[in-house]
Amino acid sequence: MKIFERFFSGMRGGVHPEGRKDLSAARGIRALPLPQQLFVPLQQHIGAPAKPVVNVGERVLKGQLIAAAQGNVSAPVHAPTSGIIVALGDYVAPHPSGLPVPTFTLACDGLEEWVALQACDEPFSLEAEDISARVAAAGIVGLGGATFPSALKLNLSRGVQTLIINGGECEPYLTCDDRIMRERATAIVEGITLIAQAVSAKEVIVGIEDNKPESIEAMRGAARAASMKVVAMPSMYPMGSEKQIIQVLTGQEIPAGGRPADIGVLVHNVATAFSVQQAIRYGKPLISRIVTVSGGAIKSPGNVEALVGTPVQQLIDFAGGYSRPAARMVLGGPMMGQHITNTNVPVVKGSSGILALTADEIGQDEASPCIRCSTCVRACPVGLLPLEMAAHIRTSDLSGAVDLGLKDCIACGSCSYVCPAHIPLVHYFNYAKGDLAAQERAKLKQEATKKLADARSERIARIERERAEMMAKRKAAREAKERAAKEAAAKAAEETA
Amino acid sequence: MNPIAHSPHAHAQSSIGKVMLTVMLALTPATLFGFWLYGWPAIHLWAVAIIASIFGEAFVIRIQQRAVRPVIMDGSGILTAWLLALSLPPYAPWWIAVLGSLFAVVVGKQIFGGLGQNVFNPAMAARVMLLISFPLEMTTWGAPLPLTSPNGLNLIEGLRVTFLSQPIDGMASASLLGHVKTEFTRGIGLDQALAGFFTPMDALWGIRAGSLGETAALLLLLGGLVLIARRIITWHAPVAMLLGVAVPALIFSLIDGNHYAGPLVHLLSGGVMLGAFFIITDPVTSPNTAKGQFIFGLGCGLLTWVIRTWGGYPEGVAFAVLLMNAATPLIDQYVKPRIYGRDSKGAALPAKKGV
Repeated sequence: MKIFERFFSGMRGGVHPEGRKDLSAARGIRALPLPQQLFVPLQQHIGAPAKPVVNVGERVLKGQLIAAAQGNVSAPVHAPTSGIIVALGDYVAPHPSGLPVPTFTLACDGLEEWVALQACDEPFSLEAEDISARVAAAGIVGLGGATFPSALKLNLSRGVQTLIINGGECEPYLTCDDRIMRERATAIVEGITLIAQAVSAKEVIVGIEDNKPESIEAMRGAARAASMKVVAMPSMYPMGSEKQIIQVLTGQEIPAGGRPADIGVLVHNVATAFSVQQAIRYGKPLISRIVTVSGGAIKSPGNVEALVGTPVQQLIDFAGGYSRPAARMVLGGPMMGQHITNTNVPVVKGSSGILALTADEIGQDEASPCIRCSTCVRACPVGLLPLEMAAHIRTSDLSGAVDLGLKDCIACGSCSYVCPAHIPLVHYFNYAKGDLAAQERAKLKQEATKKLADARSERIARIERERAEMMAKRKAAREAKERAAKEAAAKAAEETA
Repeated sequence: MNPIAHSPHAHAQSSIGKVMLTVMLALTPATLFGFWLYGWPAIHLWAVAIIASIFGEAFVIRIQQRAVRPVIMDGSGILTAWLLALSLPPYAPWWIAVLGSLFAVVVGKQIFGGLGQNVFNPAMAARVMLLISFPLEMTTWGAPLPLTSPNGLNLIEGLRVTFLSQPIDGMASASLLGHVKTEFTRGIGLDQALAGFFTPMDALWGIRAGSLGETAALLLLLGGLVLIARRIITWHAPVAMLLGVAVPALIFSLIDGNHYAGPLVHLLSGGVMLGAFFIITDPVTSPNTAKGQFIFGLGCGLLTWVIRTWGGYPEGVAFAVLLMNAATPLIDQYVKPRIYGRDSKGAALPAKKGV
């Protein structure tokens, strides 16, 4: 019966990439030595970039607010350590483009002098709104990689039925969530309880893939007194994706185009729960995170706790540097992570891993023709037809691809992973999504231009009309005057006559 | 290459060449059995078919000014010729194999645009072409002359059969299905026609007159199971095809056992086993989805049975496959997986706020 249930409520498709987690899982989290300089971007989250509130040359303390959230969707940024803000300008972004983005440069003074923190000894007596406000003030974003501002998610999810805590960590190589669960389970459980309190969730489920038995045990031990269920999930990629973990743990699906709250569910990552606990109990903002440094080209892989803004190169050096030449540097996991070409880019809130991969590990080959084997169809956890979508995109038929469900694609990479023809399917989809977004923007711009043009021609027409009216009025007045004058003259003539 | 690589940065260690190689390995037991059963002529015929496909494809690729090596090395042309050879009468003359192979890779595949672009299964298209154009050569069956038997042919004699069309003394025979059809036209019922002609055990092993590699039902089944275990194919199409043949055969044989052959006869004769596991599982010409593949297989099975039972030809697998190939785009149009968060019609699932 259990198998039967799992068969029907489990995720569809999925793949079994080689885990390679043993490279970094065994060793405990180590703190990275303080770098000399930190590069802290203003935008490390989904939404509007934060607005700087300190000036260049100013000394800041560890945890001090240096850029405030602006707009509805945003998150503040804090100083990761004490020191002098030496610059606010463009610095290379942790993104494949390597384009410069507005970034603080902080010269660390090595004193690690904290700002006064607003700790809370009785966190469980806090109101839901208060918890959200503190989470917002701490600049916490989804640490699973999506970097959506966490407080916003809390506010949008008040009164959900189920809180799911995502300990899936289905990406190969990454063990940062595994390590944090093993080492900081008590704090995570407190964070989970606070999140549950903030949204008054009726049920809390912690989902952990069964390839992390130590984590499951640690979390079960820590959660013994708390009212939450720690569930071992089958290890299958992309189990840690929000849509899939909901499907596996609740048997429900998020309606297309909707949010988890639409079916009464909220999902947060385990590392986010830890940050929430730190923010509420100790008042500490999010200024550091656990990063997995791994890959076949890294000499001694492991997990480090790095300050936000630390250059990637420092983490690589800390892990002993390269044991052999890396064919590719990746930020994040190998399935959805981003290729970076510059190791000076900073670690940001969403950086879960730094991987130096060898060509053998990547296993990429020249693409050959699609043989329609539909291995991609079987692998797709969403139920799409990747081969058909790619065929439409190849011929620039984007609307055809949209009809096939392009917008439902979660870009998990399962299809590209299994394709025996090595067709870069996800690349096609992301290209198409980008093109569609550009078209959408162009359309909006066109509409805005048209609106302005219409307003202008209407304004001109109105002015014309008003002038014509005024002319007509003046003319009428003049004529009336003339007529009156004539009449008066006629009258006068009559009188004289 | 693009200096910026796109995710994923990990790939399963598979390739089209490996897929084709696995299929060839799965075909090997039945092929070796065919070699043993029919002797040197079968080996020659098989070799000629494969060589012709390599040269034919290489020539066409050269005309297109594309690189020849990767196209030949992906193994798809060789596999096509291999499958065609297995469906030929083992004592057929060499030019049957050459014509068939060239037709398969040039007309059946490359003219459509090469690998992945063809609508019809190239091997089956070639077989049908040969059957219609050269009915005599394509239906002249010889009784098995196993390599190890005293009257087996040696290498030179085998060459004479294949290349000089030297007849084999007194060995003219008929395939099971051909025999039954002929006997029907003479007004002889099944129980008599099958007496001494069909023994399930022999049919299972494949010791009988028939196509080069279609008779060894058990070995083909074994190869098919290997492909399923290796996840090259799924069970849907093969099982559906076997059901499509067996279910109507069972029903009609229960109604009139003397006129309609039972499921065992149908399953263990002709190209059903080869078809079910190696032909209709050709990814290029079959539907994308599991459900679509099931419908496709069922159609192939049903049509095979219909053609065998009421058609003019004793065997119907090749025709059935081509007909269903033509229906594949239609099946793909209507059978699509349900997308996450949507119902089967594509509308978003309803939200249930709060609960």
